[in-house]
Amino acid sequence: MSPLKDNSIFSWTYESVANTLGGPEWLAYGLGAMAVIMVVVNGFLLIGTIFTWMERKVVSRFQSRVGPNRVGPFGILQAIADAVKLLFQEDIVPRRADRLLFNAAPIVMLAPSLLALAVIPFGSGSYVADINIAVLYVVGMSGIASLAVLMAGYSSGNKLALLGSMRAVAMLLSYEIPLVMALLGITILAGSMSMVDIIEAQSVPFLLVSPLGALIFLIAMSAELNRPPFDVTEAESELVGGYLTEYSGMKFGVFYLAEFSNVVLAGALFAILFLDGWEWAVLPSHLWFLIKVFGFLFVASWVRATLPRMRIDHILAFAWKYLFPLSLVNVVALAMETIAWPDPSPVQLWMMIAINWGIAFTAIPLMSLVTNLGTPARAGQRVVQTEEVN
Amino acid sequence: MTAAVSGADLAEAVSNYAYDSVMDSDRDAAWVKPELILDICRFLRNDPSQAYDLLSSVTAVDYVEFFDVVYHLTSISRNASTVLKVRLYGREALSLSSVTSVWAGADLQEREVYDLLGVSFDGHPNLKRMLTWEGFQGHPLRRDYLEPPLPYTWPHGG
Amino acid sequence: MHTQPVIVNIGPHHPSTHGVFRMRLTMDGENILDVEPVIGYLHRGSEKLAEERHYTQVITLTDRMDYVASMTNNQAYVLSCEQLTGITAPDRGQYLRVIAAELQRIVSHLVATGFFLQDLGAFATPLMYAMRERERVLDLFEMLCGARITVSYMRIGGVFQDAPAEFWPALGKIVDELPAFIDELEGLISKNEIVLSRTQGVSVISGRDAVNASITGPVLRASGVSWDLRKAAPYDVYDRVSFNVPLGDQGDNYDRYIIRIREIRESVKIIEQCVKQIEPGPVRATSAMLFRPPVGESYVPIEAPKGELGFYLVSDGSIAPYRMHVRAPSLINLTLLKQMLVGWKLSDAIVSFGSIDVNMGEVDR
Repeated sequence: MSPLKDNSIFSWTYESVANTLGGPEWLAYGLGAMAVIMVVVNGFLLIGTIFTWMERKVVSRFQSRVGPNRVGPFGILQAIADAVKLLFQEDIVPRRADRLLFNAAPIVMLAPSLLALAVIPFGSGSYVADINIAVLYVVGMSGIASLAVLMAGYSSGNKLALLGSMRAVAMLLSYEIPLVMALLGITILAGSMSMVDIIEAQSVPFLLVSPLGALIFLIAMSAELNRPPFDVTEAESELVGGYLTEYSGMKFGVFYLAEFSNVVLAGALFAILFLDGWEWAVLPSHLWFLIKVFGFLFVASWVRATLPRMRIDHILAFAWKYLFPLSLVNVVALAMETIAWPDPSPVQLWMMIAINWGIAFTAIPLMSLVTNLGTPARAGQRVVQTEEVN
Repeated sequence: MTAAVSGADLAEAVSNYAYDSVMDSDRDAAWVKPELILDICRFLRNDPSQAYDLLSSVTAVDYVEFFDVVYHLTSISRNASTVLKVRLYGREALSLSSVTSVWAGADLQEREVYDLLGVSFDGHPNLKRMLTWEGFQGHPLRRDYLEPPLPYTWPHGG
Repeated sequence: MHTQPVIVNIGPHHPSTHGVFRMRLTMDGENILDVEPVIGYLHRGSEKLAEERHYTQVITLTDRMDYVASMTNNQAYVLSCEQLTGITAPDRGQYLRVIAAELQRIVSHLVATGFFLQDLGAFATPLMYAMRERERVLDLFEMLCGARITVSYMRIGGVFQDAPAEFWPALGKIVDELPAFIDELEGLISKNEIVLSRTQGVSVISGRDAVNASITGPVLRASGVSWDLRKAAPYDVYDRVSFNVPLGDQGDNYDRYIIRIREIRESVKIIEQCVKQIEPGPVRATSAMLFRPPVGESYVPIEAPKGELGFYLVSDGSIAPYRMHVRAPSLINLTLLKQMLVGWKLSDAIVSFGSIDVNMGEVDR
C-alpha cells in the first residue's frame, strides 16, 4: 500500500479492519476500501444535495422569495422529494439519439468528480490518498466533464443541445489554461503538487499571498462549472437547457447532482489552495473545512443570483485576451518572488503579500484598459435625452 | 393635437398630383383608383407637402358587393393623419399593388389582410398565410365565411 | 473546412419567446444568417368574434389581446366607440382612465424589463423584483374592478365604477415607493458591465427605418424619433398633465431597455398629477349597455405600452360592430425583426426579440 501514507483515513480503516478480521490481507484491503469509498462518496453527494437546497434557498432570498419550505424543516428534504420525483419520471430517449453515448454521458459526468475526491483532504489527516501530483490529477479529472457534456449534446440528436455542447467545449478549453496557470502559481509557492503539502506550506492563506491567482481561479472555475455568468452551455433563455434538453428522469438527476457536486468540489479546492484547508481552526477541523467550503458556495450562489449571462464570443475573448495574460503576470511575479526569497521569513512573506496585492490592483485595471473586449461604450457615455414639453 | 386631414382635402391633394385618380371622398376618407395606389402612396409619402411617413394601419372591410382596403396614414413631421381607401369590386381574385416598397411597415399587415380577407397584394415580398396555417381553406374575416362542418382535419393531421 | 447552415427552430414552445412565437433561424454556428418569424399559434379570431357581440361585450375581448396591458386595450376600444357614438366621458371618468392606463403602462414596462433581463440570463432576480411591484399594482386593479388581468374596467362613456375609498391611499403609497424601487432595479443591473456589453450597439434600428416600418412606441422613441400619441394626439386628459418623452439616441437594445425604465418614472409623474387634479363627480356618462351608433367608422390611436394601438371600427347602425380591426403594435413592431437579427448571434436574437417587447396575445389576436 505504498502510495497511501500512514495518516490517511484509508490506512486507519484498513488497519482496524485487518485487526478485527484477522483474515487475509486482500480481504481487509477490499473491505476497508469499500467502507472508505462508501463514506466519502455518500458524504460528498450528501453535501452536494445540501448545496442544491442551499442554493435554492439563498437565491430565493436574493429574489425576495421564500424558496422551498414545504418538505421537512426549512424545506431541507426538498432535494430528496425531487430525487423521488425524478426516479418515477418516465425515462425518455429521443428516437434520433445515440443510445450508448446518451446513456453513458451522465455517468461520465459524475464519475470524474468522485474520482477527484480521492485527493481532497477534508480534515486533519482525513484523505483517501495523498499523491504528489494531486493538483494535476484534479485538473485532469475536471477536464473529463467537458467530454461528458460533448457526449450528451452530440448524442441527443437535438440542435440546441449540440450548440450547447459546442459552446461548452470551446469555453472549457479556453478556461483550462488560466485555471492551470493559477494553480501553477500555487504550486510554485508551495513547492509541491500534493494537497497536504500545499496546506502545510500555507503559513498565511494563499488568498493573501496570491490574490490574482485566487481571482483567476474563481473566474476560471465558474467557467469550468458552467456557473453564471458563464452558463452559456445550459442558457435556459437561449438553448432551453443546452445539453440537458433531452434528458429526463434520473439521468437528468445525475447531471444535476454532478453539476452541484462539482461546485462543492471546486469549493473544497478553493478552501485547500487559497484558504489553508482545515487549518486556523477554532472548530473541529472537518467542520471548519466545511464552513470554508460553504463560504465559497455562498459566493457562487450570490454570483448566480446577480449576474446576467455573457455572450460566447465575449467569454472566449475574456479568457484569451484578459485572463490568460493576467495569469502569466501572476505566475511570473510569484516565480520571481520565490527565487528571491526561497524560504521567506515572516517579514519577507508580508512584503511578498504587499507586492502581490500591488500587482493585482495595478494589473487588473491596466489590463482592462489595454484589452478591447468588445464593449462598445461605457455607461457614462450614453446620455438618453429627454424632451421637455408642456 | 394630430390634425385629421379630411377626405375632401386629401382628394384635392391627390387629384392635383394625378388627374382623375380619385373616385370619391367623404368626411373621413378618400377613395382612389386601385391601379394607381402604389403611385399615390409614393406621392403621399415623398411629397414634402404631404409627408405621410408612418403607415399606421392597413386593413380591409368586406361590404359583400365590394371590399374597401383602408390605409391609415400619419405624418410625424406635420402631425397629421388621414385615411386613404381603395374599393375593389367582386369576391374572387382580388388584387392590388403592394405598398411595401413605399412603407416597409405594410409587410405583415398586408399578409394579414391576404390571410384573413383574401385580397392579394402584387409585389409583396413574402405573401403567404400568416395567422392561419398553410393549406387553410377560405378567408375567415369575410362575411360569407363558414366554418367547415365537423369533423374536419388540418392538412397535416391533427 | 466544409460547413453548412443549420435551421434551428426557436419556439413555439421555448422559454424566451414570450408565449408562442416561433423563429426559424438559419444559423452558421452561432451566427444568424436568416430569420423567418412564424406566428399564428395564439390566433383566436377576436376580430371575427367582435362582429357577433354588441359594443359593450367586445370590451372583454380586448382584455385578452395584450393580456399584459388590458387597461390600455380597453381604453383604445372605448375611445374608438366614443368617437363612433359621440358620447364623451365625464372628467372624473377620464382621469380614472388615465390613472389606470398609466398604472398599466408601469406594469407592462416592468414585465418587459424583467423578461428582457431574464433573456439576458440574469437568473430571475430582476424579474422577481419587477414582478413583486407588478403584484402591488395588480392589487390596485383588483380594488378598481375586482379583476387583476382581464380587467374590463372601462366602459363606453367612462369607467365601470368609481374607485373605492381605500384605493387612493393605496395608490399614493405605491406612487411614493415606485421611484425608489426603480432606483433599486437600476442600481442592481443597469450599469452592469455584462448588460452593457451585451446590449449596447446590438440590433440597432435607425429612426428612419423605424418610421418606415411603422414601428411605434418605446422602440421608435429608442431610435430617437419623438412620437408619443399622448403628446401628439392627446386623448382623455393627457393634455392637462405635463410629462417628458424620453428619447434614445442609438436605437440599440440598451436604449430600448432604458427608455422603458424612464417611461415608468414619467408614468409615476402623470399619476401624481392626476391624483392632484381629479375632482368628485360622475364617472360614467351613460349606464346604457346597448348602443346603436350611426353608420360610419372610427379610428382613435392611443399610446399603448407597446406602441400605437387603435381599433378601427365600422358601424352599419346595428348594435354590433360591422368590422373591427385592431392595429396591433406588437405585430407591426416585428416587421424589422429580420434586419435586427441577421448578423448577430443566437444569444443576441433572444435579447433583441425581448427588447421589442411583443405580446403574443396581441400579435395573433
